[in-house]
Amino acid sequence: MDSYLELTATQARAALQNKEISATELTNAYLTAATATEALNNYVCMTADKALEMAAASDKRIADGTAGPLEGLPVGVKDLFCTKGVATTACSAILKGFVPEYESSVTSQLWSDGAVMLGKLNCDEFAMGSANETSVFGAAVNPWSAQGGADLAAGGSSGGSASAVAAGSALLATGTDTGGSIRQPAAFCGVVGMKPTYGRCSRWGIVAFASSLDQAGPFTRDVADSALMFASMAGHDAKDSTSADASLPDLQAALHASVKGMKIGIPAEYVMDSMDEAITKLWQQGQDWLVEAGAELVPISLPHTRYALPAYYIIAPAEASSNLARYDGVRYGARIEAGHSLDDMYEATRAAGFGDEVQRRIMIGTYALSAGYYDAYYLKAQQVRRLIKDDFDKAFKGVDAILTPATPTAAFPLGVKQDDPITMYLNDVFTVPANLAGIPGISVPAGFSDSGLPLGLQVLSGAFREDTLYTVAACLEKQAGFSGQPPRHAAMMN
Amino acid sequence: MSVDKDTVKKIARLARLDVPEERQEQIAGELRAILSWIEELGEVDTANVEPLASVTGHSLPLRADKVTDGNKVDDILANAPEQASGFFVVPKVVE
Repeated sequence: MDSYLELTATQARAALQNKEISATELTNAYLTAATATEALNNYVCMTADKALEMAAASDKRIADGTAGPLEGLPVGVKDLFCTKGVATTACSAILKGFVPEYESSVTSQLWSDGAVMLGKLNCDEFAMGSANETSVFGAAVNPWSAQGGADLAAGGSSGGSASAVAAGSALLATGTDTGGSIRQPAAFCGVVGMKPTYGRCSRWGIVAFASSLDQAGPFTRDVADSALMFASMAGHDAKDSTSADASLPDLQAALHASVKGMKIGIPAEYVMDSMDEAITKLWQQGQDWLVEAGAELVPISLPHTRYALPAYYIIAPAEASSNLARYDGVRYGARIEAGHSLDDMYEATRAAGFGDEVQRRIMIGTYALSAGYYDAYYLKAQQVRRLIKDDFDKAFKGVDAILTPATPTAAFPLGVKQDDPITMYLNDVFTVPANLAGIPGISVPAGFSDSGLPLGLQVLSGAFREDTLYTVAACLEKQAGFSGQPPRHAAMMN
Repeated sequence: MSVDKDTVKKIARLARLDVPEERQEQIAGELRAILSWIEELGEVDTANVEPLASVTGHSLPLRADKVTDGNKVDDILANAPEQASGFFVVPKVVE
């Protein structure tokens, strides 16, 4: 069964079409792997019966010649996507027992393209975190953790998605990225994570964190799989007023296009003192690879980069404080009866249902939006956001794509950064600007730290130019020749 | 104004969060640390800069004002902590 797990989605798709394997066999192999790697805590709920039913339906469609683009491919779903009839909690106590009566647009599209749902994946509570540690289910573990050593963070917020794809317990996984929640965990776990242009993937049916920044995207083993899955997730949706009515570029052609003649921007402001030396080296190596492949490097400046994180930590909590007002113990989720009034019930329910980090962000957001502080914080942050977007707009007039590190460090042990929220926030220093500007970004595994942990490079492109993104990412992937098996995974599977 | 215990009490009330008295001081400290880090934004000259609320570049789409969905009372109430006769039930608000 193990050999099935080694296939990429693109390869598995071909093997399914040629009837070398069946969707049921493939799904069973993944369900077995997910059970064997349970200690990684990357699934919060497995839907084995549903998976086998969907796989049987896929086998029938393959036999009938009506297979969809993702027919029979097993997918794990971040527990932020509403799935009809399957508990959806955003990994929060406040949504305990919530079983949606509807399916998110993105997951609907995956199922109608033939994908098979394996279960729901762990994440930070309401996607607020960078180590998956704020989840009510406990942290997902990075399969690259050394056997017998400390458990390493899988990253966050989509830690379960990255961990499952890296551990071979999901072939594909969905994630969401508000400030780096796809790209940072992908880099930590040695897989490919892509955040599309804002508006590409419908937000309908995804538990909202910060609506002007949230965007769904794919976790995959390689770049070709990423393009395949993204094409299925994307598309205009009238149920999301911010959904873009723009057709997708030819991604298959983009995967095989050359970077020859492309101009790649190298932003001066992404050089950081606190960066691991191995990451500085890898960034340089990435530049060399692109030059070898015929691209031209262009030094660029994104002068407002250092203000991206503080602006983000006003805008995201402000939007979150508004979005999370709906959890009131009346319409869904948990309710704590307390005191004598409706307000007493609201306050008790929300205090018991939200974890510390979520409460902290709700309070920051409430403060920033409150009378007397709105201009000083919220409006100021939105003005800075404009300047950050202008920086990118200007840069993309002279370059096709931008190359940066994905994260300032490799995966760190769980538990070490919990004392100081700001230290944790700094994880997203390279990823947050793309969310503020609404542009796409991809994290590609490209090398290793001194202690043998995976490191990622990030490619950014202009809005709606995922084709350029995939061309550069495919080139980096080819040149890096990244391979390797997470040690913890290997031990569990044997 | 710096965030103190009273500010925390006020924000918690606005956000409908029951923050116990003994935790208010600690939370005030955490919020002060985050806000003082955010003060960096003050260095940026934003005179005459239009605030950016949405990156979509398109205006919100309009549709005909017609009912397109409905008759889903059971679906809507399915997850309610308490319901009766097709309504959500809340604690008594009028005497």
